[in-house]
Amino acid sequence: MNPVNYLYLAALLFTIGAFGVLIRRNAIVVFMCVELMLNAANLTLVAFSRMHGNLDGQIMAFFVMVVAAAEVVVGLAIIVMLYRSRHSASVDDASLMKL
Amino acid sequence: MSGLLASTTSGAEAFQFWLLGGIAVAGALGTVLLRRAVHSALCLAGTMIILAIFYLANGAYFLGVVQIVVYTGAVMMLFLFVLMLVGVSTADNLKETLRGQRWMAALCALGLGILVTAGIGQAALGSFTGVEEANAVHGGNVPGIAEKLFTEYVVAFEVTGVLLTVAAVGATLLTHRERIEKATSQREQAEARTRSGHVPPLPAPGVYALHNAVDRPGLLPDGSPSELTVNPTLRERGQMREVSADKLASLAALEQRTAEYHGTAGGPANRRAEARRSLEKREAGEAAEPADTTPAGGDADGTAEDTDTGPSDAGPADKRPPGDRTSGDQASGDQASGEEEAK
Amino acid sequence: MIGLLVAAPLLGAAVLLCGGRHLNRTGHWLGTVLAGVSFILAAVLFVDMLGRPGDDRALHQHLYSWVPVGGFQADIAFQLDQLSMTFVLLITGVGTLIHLYSVGYMEHDERRRRFFGYLNLFLAAMLLLVLADNFLLLYVGWEGVGLASYLLIGFWQHKPSAATAAKKAFVVNRVGDAGLAIAIFLMFTTFGTFAFGPVLANAEEATQATLTGIGLMLLLAACGKSAQVPLQSWLGDAMEGPTPVSALIHAATMVTAGVYLITRSGAIFNAAPDAQTAVVVVGAVTLLFGAIVGCAKDDIKKALAGSTMSQIGYMVLAAGLGPIGYAFAIMHLVTHGFFKAGLFLGAGSVMHGMNDEVDMRKYGGLRKYMPVTFVTFGLGYLAIIGFPGLSGFFSKDAIIEAAFAKGGTQGWVLGAVTLLGAAITAYYMTRVMLLTFFGEKRWQPDKNGNEPHPHESPKTMVIPMAVLAFGSVFAGGLFTSNDAFVNWLKPVTSFEHGHPPIGVAAITTLTVVMLLIGVGAAWLQYGRRPVPVVAPRGSLVTRAARRDLLQDDFNHVVLVRGGEHLTRSLVYVDNKLVDGAVNGTAAAFGGLSGRMRRVQNGFARSYAVSMFGGAALLVAVTLLMRAV
Repeated sequence: MNPVNYLYLAALLFTIGAFGVLIRRNAIVVFMCVELMLNAANLTLVAFSRMHGNLDGQIMAFFVMVVAAAEVVVGLAIIVMLYRSRHSASVDDASLMKL
Repeated sequence: MSGLLASTTSGAEAFQFWLLGGIAVAGALGTVLLRRAVHSALCLAGTMIILAIFYLANGAYFLGVVQIVVYTGAVMMLFLFVLMLVGVSTADNLKETLRGQRWMAALCALGLGILVTAGIGQAALGSFTGVEEANAVHGGNVPGIAEKLFTEYVVAFEVTGVLLTVAAVGATLLTHRERIEKATSQREQAEARTRSGHVPPLPAPGVYALHNAVDRPGLLPDGSPSELTVNPTLRERGQMREVSADKLASLAALEQRTAEYHGTAGGPANRRAEARRSLEKREAGEAAEPADTTPAGGDADGTAEDTDTGPSDAGPADKRPPGDRTSGDQASGDQASGEEEAK
Repeated sequence: MIGLLVAAPLLGAAVLLCGGRHLNRTGHWLGTVLAGVSFILAAVLFVDMLGRPGDDRALHQHLYSWVPVGGFQADIAFQLDQLSMTFVLLITGVGTLIHLYSVGYMEHDERRRRFFGYLNLFLAAMLLLVLADNFLLLYVGWEGVGLASYLLIGFWQHKPSAATAAKKAFVVNRVGDAGLAIAIFLMFTTFGTFAFGPVLANAEEATQATLTGIGLMLLLAACGKSAQVPLQSWLGDAMEGPTPVSALIHAATMVTAGVYLITRSGAIFNAAPDAQTAVVVVGAVTLLFGAIVGCAKDDIKKALAGSTMSQIGYMVLAAGLGPIGYAFAIMHLVTHGFFKAGLFLGAGSVMHGMNDEVDMRKYGGLRKYMPVTFVTFGLGYLAIIGFPGLSGFFSKDAIIEAAFAKGGTQGWVLGAVTLLGAAITAYYMTRVMLLTFFGEKRWQPDKNGNEPHPHESPKTMVIPMAVLAFGSVFAGGLFTSNDAFVNWLKPVTSFEHGHPPIGVAAITTLTVVMLLIGVGAAWLQYGRRPVPVVAPRGSLVTRAARRDLLQDDFNHVVLVRGGEHLTRSLVYVDNKLVDGAVNGTAAAFGGLSGRMRRVQNGFARSYAVSMFGGAALLVAVTLLMRAV
């Protein structure tokens, strides 16, 4: 087996995550799908690191994790606030910008 | 796990890949398709753990551990925490409300997947270097990562630290709610309710009973059960339950002890007993005496009295049937003066 | 010197109109004196001019360049030649007399100072008109007299009829003014200038079409200002103004500006026979038109207004005859200025004595009460009907001869028309005379119960009338002795002796016969039998003539209604076509936006789809680029 298969797997996971972002209405699930996409990207970074024999890819993945953690903190805080004010975690309910 | 420029990995890793890869895809699909957010979160956690294993298989030992600690350990737990906060039991309705959204989403996702796959296929290398050599330079994966992180990427590392701090502060700020006025006490609420004229109705039967059930009669001021407080149908059927005599006895004993504790004349139970007696005399003399002279505030003194009556009669004994109004009012007057002393 | 001619009345106008109430007592004398100063200056210039040989008499004075822009040179420059001199003398002379007359006539009017201010303004504008050495400056004067005319017709603006008449005169004059403006534009595009000298000297170099166009536009201008058919309708209503105004502006001077314009542009008309024919036709038609209207009017001033129209028709006809007629046109203009001003002043005097009654049927037998007015008016009457020996006889006879001299059928027709006109003139003027001064007295108390007490007018009014009567009697003879007037104007207008197909003596005899027929007819109708105070219904022609031969009805039906229909159709086109296009464009964009805004549905997920679609496209393009 060639490690390229990891890339295909990552592409598949990324696609599934994107699909989830587009079809789910629950903000938390949408958020989880985003995390799934980030993880898929991380997997490609790690696989590339191995294929090229270079640790830089792993460093990148590490930074992605840190940024994702920060994103989760702020994002979940926003979701909590949204839930407090609207009693709903649906992304479709937050559509005040429409005409 | 051998040599430079291999073109295939070991058979064990291939087996592991196909097995766990399938599970990871299943987990991802579960995340997207399951109706309950909690199930989604658990599926995602499973996928992440498998990804951690893949990291390890790819020689990224540090990342594998971090993945488990940070993602499955911290991030996913945070997700679950918020899910509990928002409501864990609700199942999402998966019916699509936006017209064409699902088709468009499927088209986009499929197109993107095909394109990315094609891109990977185009860029695929026939052979790979393997990360063992790079790990070995500094004596292992973790030292290697550390070496790079604290030399080459040190600025990014620091900036990331700042980012995390900002995120923590921001999350605190977002979720923090500051109370900017004094909390109203129960008594203040009751007074406000009385002043506004929205006086609650008189308590329903059973409220002042020892037991919170419709088939148990309420107690009259003297402690005897009043049949009128029970639904006539139940009475007819003989389904009215007795308020057991020994409970009444224990209650009487409790009152007695309380009276002794407070001193013979000072205890509210005593006073109540005296009031009861005088009331009976009066009712015998002048039957036309209106039973309820002060319509307002019954609930208010009821709740307020909880504060200084003894634990034994804090509940049911204090909750008087309507007939006991006048004495209750006296009691509340006394209690108000008592409160002033306390202040 | 020439500038001072204009400046004196202009100064008067400025002082009187801008000055305060304290000028009320002396203002009218200031205006009169300044008009007199103008006249004295004119007289001095005249004497000076007589001292020089005929071809060297024109004076030029360049004051300053008004608008010097590249090839466009508009100058404030004056030209005083024999033609202008004639007009200047007439304007200042008659103007001064009428100022003097107004002192008495307007004695009891609260706004006399303003009246004199307007009169001075008129004098200044009229002098500017005749003294200008280019068409643009002439246009300034032309508009100036139009303004003064408007202000003076509407002087008694508290009367709605006067205000309406002023507005009517102004609007009708605008049509003519537009003609003059277009003529000036054409001149500038054709000749590159609008100074008299170059334009008239080079007139024959332009194409026939251009010249005809310029000529017709000038004729339109003349029609507007001189009340010629088809722009004649304002003159009758203009009689709402004070009588001195009618005498000065609407009889003697301003309304003759059209004749001046045609004579001044003679070179253009000489080179454009078609335009000249149009001028003749207009003159002939107006001649009869005005005369017929004058026969039917019972209002003394309107009868005289019809007469004015008719007499100016004579002048325009003469001017249209070309070099054989210009001098006679101007000569008739001058004599007409004398006797018509005298007649109007006489009418004013009569009205003055009759509590401002204008209906001639309520006069009668006034000769005993107003002897001086009777004599001066009578002399003017004899002059206008062409009684042999008086000025009108000479000037009108000359025009009739020139009309016959035109030659061919045209000559016969024109001669017949002018002869017929002479007869009708005699008829309506005799009618006026008989109704006013002869017969029984028919006046009645007015609606306030005041019995009129006819009396002779004060000296300030009588003296001008006497002077004008003097002019009416002798001017004609003076002008024609040794062809003095013709020789005087010859350097400017050129002159050819016409040769009528029948003898001069025969024409004169015919004229006198026609005159006697007219007088006799009037005497039969109004002298022999008593005149009813209320006008009889009259024949169809009489009734039409009383309504100014339906000119206002014609204007209303053709112009007002037609204009309304045109406006409505244009509004329709504007609403449906123009607005339709504009609104349609707006609606198209609105509809498009309405469809496009559905994309902006506010749902984050929709936006996310767009984003992913875009990302997919980017990847696709990148891959394609690599593949290619």
